[in-house]
Amino acid sequence: MSEPADTVLVVEDEVPMRRFLRTALGSHGFHVVEAGSIHDAEQAATEAPPDAILLDLGLPDGDGLDLLKRLREWSAAPVIVLSAREREDDKVAALDAGADDYLTKPFGTAELLARIRVALRHARTRRAPDEPVISAGPIQIDQSRHEVTVAGAQVHLTPIEFKLLVTLARHAGKVLTHRQLLREVWGPRSTQTHYLRVHMAALRRKIEADPARPKWLTTEPGIGYRLRDTIDP
Amino acid sequence: MTDDARPDPEALLAQASPRARLKIFFGASPGVGKTFAMLEAARRLIAEGADVVCGVVETHGRSETAALVHGIEQLPRKQVVHRTITLDELDLEAALARKPGVILVDELAHTNAPGVRHAKRWQDVIDLLDAGIDVYTTLNVQHVEGLNDVVAQITGVRVKETVPDAVLERADEIELIDLPPEELLDRLSEGKVYVPDQARRAVDNFFKRGNLLALRELALRRTAERVDRDVQRYRREQRIGAAWPTAERILVAVGPSPGSEKLVRAARRIAEGMHAPWLCVHVEVSDAPPLSTADRDRVEAHLALAESLGAEVVRLAGASVAETLLEFARDRNVTRIVAGKPTHGRWRDFLRGSLLDTLIRRSGDIEIHVIAPSEELPPKRATARADATPIRPYVVAAIAVASATAVGALLDERFDLPDDAMLYLFAIMLAALGGRGPGLLAAGLSVACYDFFFIPPRYTLVVADLRHVMTFAVMFTVGTAMGGLVARLRRAEEASRQRERRTAALLAFTAEAAAAREPADVAAAVVAHVEDVLAAPTSVLVPDDAGGLTASAGLEPLAQQEIAVARWAHEHRKPAGRGTGTLPEARLLAVPLAVGDTSAGVVAVQIDRARRRIDLAPRLFLEAVARQAGVAIERLRLAAEAREQALRAQAEELRSSLLSTVSHDLRTPLAIILGMATGLRESAKPDQIESLDTIVDEAGRLGRILNNLLAITRVESGAEVRREWVPVEELVGSALGRAEETLAGRDVKIEVEPEAAVQVDPILVEQVLLNLLENAAKHTPAGTPVEIHAERKDGGVVMEVSDRGPGLPPGPPTQVFEKFFRGKDVRAAGAGLGLAVCRGIVVAHGGTIEAQPRDGGGATFRVWLPGGTLPPAPEAAA
Repeated sequence: MSEPADTVLVVEDEVPMRRFLRTALGSHGFHVVEAGSIHDAEQAATEAPPDAILLDLGLPDGDGLDLLKRLREWSAAPVIVLSAREREDDKVAALDAGADDYLTKPFGTAELLARIRVALRHARTRRAPDEPVISAGPIQIDQSRHEVTVAGAQVHLTPIEFKLLVTLARHAGKVLTHRQLLREVWGPRSTQTHYLRVHMAALRRKIEADPARPKWLTTEPGIGYRLRDTIDP
Repeated sequence: MTDDARPDPEALLAQASPRARLKIFFGASPGVGKTFAMLEAARRLIAEGADVVCGVVETHGRSETAALVHGIEQLPRKQVVHRTITLDELDLEAALARKPGVILVDELAHTNAPGVRHAKRWQDVIDLLDAGIDVYTTLNVQHVEGLNDVVAQITGVRVKETVPDAVLERADEIELIDLPPEELLDRLSEGKVYVPDQARRAVDNFFKRGNLLALRELALRRTAERVDRDVQRYRREQRIGAAWPTAERILVAVGPSPGSEKLVRAARRIAEGMHAPWLCVHVEVSDAPPLSTADRDRVEAHLALAESLGAEVVRLAGASVAETLLEFARDRNVTRIVAGKPTHGRWRDFLRGSLLDTLIRRSGDIEIHVIAPSEELPPKRATARADATPIRPYVVAAIAVASATAVGALLDERFDLPDDAMLYLFAIMLAALGGRGPGLLAAGLSVACYDFFFIPPRYTLVVADLRHVMTFAVMFTVGTAMGGLVARLRRAEEASRQRERRTAALLAFTAEAAAAREPADVAAAVVAHVEDVLAAPTSVLVPDDAGGLTASAGLEPLAQQEIAVARWAHEHRKPAGRGTGTLPEARLLAVPLAVGDTSAGVVAVQIDRARRRIDLAPRLFLEAVARQAGVAIERLRLAAEAREQALRAQAEELRSSLLSTVSHDLRTPLAIILGMATGLRESAKPDQIESLDTIVDEAGRLGRILNNLLAITRVESGAEVRREWVPVEELVGSALGRAEETLAGRDVKIEVEPEAAVQVDPILVEQVLLNLLENAAKHTPAGTPVEIHAERKDGGVVMEVSDRGPGLPPGPPTQVFEKFFRGKDVRAAGAGLGLAVCRGIVVAHGGTIEAQPRDGGGATFRVWLPGGTLPPAPEAAA
């Protein structure tokens, strides 16, 4: 990586955890700024706007979610939330509040780096909503012609499935919560998660070679769905 | 009082169930053509194909009526021989056996001959209706019970054959057969109206134009009221809101006077006319002499009549009838009070004060209706009757007079007393302290002794000087007046003493109930105080788990039928037993411990045969105690509930804070270890890679154990699982995604029915699948295949994870699901939690899990969870 190093703001109160993140990111060419509290984080973010933010939700001087909401008022930098597995509700809340992704503790260096790279890539190549052709992995979506091909073969989708796939593809690589998907496809007041599951199951059967072992259209249990754009660890 | 704005649930129920219809052809007097109209209606029904039978129709020998009867199936009459005459009656048994669609029964008010099932024909009609047979019948206005008085006043003839108003109300349809009086009189003179010979004279009085007009008006009004009610019912059925403005509320006060009966009927008519609820009260004056048994029975009869006519009956006690009445009336927003015209002389009002006068003076904006009593019933003075006559005061009276005589004689010898009469007056006053009787006795004895011993000529009863007669009169007057006064004071004192005692008992009880820690304490306090005041064995019954009532306090056991009385009181939240309208013959009085719509139990007071009933004041005390007890028990129940809830909330809070602490404090170091190790591994020397791999693997394993520990805590907390519909395919997909590394190098065969879906918490069930897959990987040689199978079965989905490993360890197959169970194979040592977690999660979802050896080697783990097919989702819902 010869271009100027990306700045990652690490907001985490545990010192050893911060040390690990600093080592892992530093050794892979990122510039790391550390903050141990909401106060420090806000100061650091205003002084030098970061390219990405790693945010632990449990902080000593407040809720990480509040920080996230405030950050989102002025910053579009991708935010990756660090959280424990059984904290699905927190993750969903963070994603709904504008976080880009989450990492479940414990995680390895490779996973961490992959997520940061995806987030950065997305931040750089934000797609216009009316982009005529969207692609993710083998999937090609022609928005103007309402056509979808998987590895060159055309598949027929119902209008809802098409809308669902477009929504996922526009944010390819990123996890979308149930609520975000329902809102995009059914409208702001929809809460019927099982509609989503029904259509998602149908969509998966049309796109995946083996719907029980999906490669592209993956489930994030308790959180939502993700359309992967590359196969990486 | 029911709120008219809200549909009454019982009324709604009644409207829901189809029942036999009663149609009444209603007329103002005989001869208007009711029977004719009924027969015509019957013929129309027959023409429409209905199954109509003629039960009883009196043609009275008229050919036009007979012509109409012809062609309608006739039910044979029942011949009843009564004394010398044979009477034709409706054959109820035959009618019930024939079970026609509609039966014609003329003259609803008819009294049956002795010896048939019911005394009255209307009772036969009720039986027919209950059997599901529609009834057409005829009725004249003067036979309506509630109008009986009015009709008697108009016509001067009191009709003995009456039909209760309730039967009229039961009618689904009332058709008024109206004939102007002139036409009726014409028909009468033409002989077209049947009149029995023996009633000729009465008829001449009855069929006067004025009478007929009044009766016609009565009938029209009665029908109009009925129509009004039908409209009301229609509105209710159609759920038309905007209640009827029944701001009126009528109150009638009754006493032992027979005139009260008329007051009750009058109040009901007024209330009916206004669609207003009405109350009937009896006030017991606390310092008045107790009512005689006959009077008390009459009061109860009047109250019972009012209740049967639809009044709310209330018994009150107070110092003054007028004050108590008015206070109660204001309390209940009564707008009109119905009172009787006084029947006693003016002097009594002058002496005692007039109830009516006080009522009118103090009623404020409450209207007072004054009703004249029936003249045929002269007011009967209620006489107090002393229950037992104590001898002592009389003995005292005799001794006092004897002493006065002795002292008089002694003094008379020494001095010449101006008037020995003073001594006797003193003796009379002393004796009168024992009451009116002893006072009178002393007066009589004094007169005799005074006359005999002191008045010349002495030792004879002859009175020479007429002035002494004056002295005798004074003696008698003093004796009676003093005696009466003392007796009254005594009663007042006794009443206030009793009242004080009850008040004190109630206060003490309230304090004890407030301090009670559990319902049994309240029950014990009830028993203690009620037994003390009422001097009768008392028990408190509370509902038990079996749905019955069991004694919570009180020593005297209750017989089975007495418990039934208590149960009635409990279920209907109304007093029952002796002295009430329900099961009045029972040997106990049961009062529910009612609070609002619930009853916390029953207080039952046993009454022995000698004691006829509990007086009003003690009964009011009993009801007050019951109410207080109900409130106290309800309060304890709510407090216990709140305590339990607080405890649960506390436990839940503790659990979740523990969970998040463990989750955070264990996972953070684990995350650091794993992260550091993976970081190091990237730049490690080859000989270090293996060690770092081990660190990474073990950290991963620790993470998985942690996940399982958290999952089992979550399931075992007993909290309700969150359920959503999830396709099994999706669950299998995400579990496989997470088990990718563990299953590396194995052939995984998947057979999942695409439509199968379960109603579960997806995170927990994914954990089940993951654990089963990891378990398979752990206990089978590397490279052996794993199979996943899922299909719908028995209202759910069965999911199987099978392997080709060494099979299950020896022993019962369920042991593998025990917590911390580990197979013999130490190489694959785990915490022994994985399968226990699976079972915990599955059971929490209401599912089953089992392990089975597999044909051809290996093991199958089978999970069944409730579910089926995903509920359909609309293609476009936006």
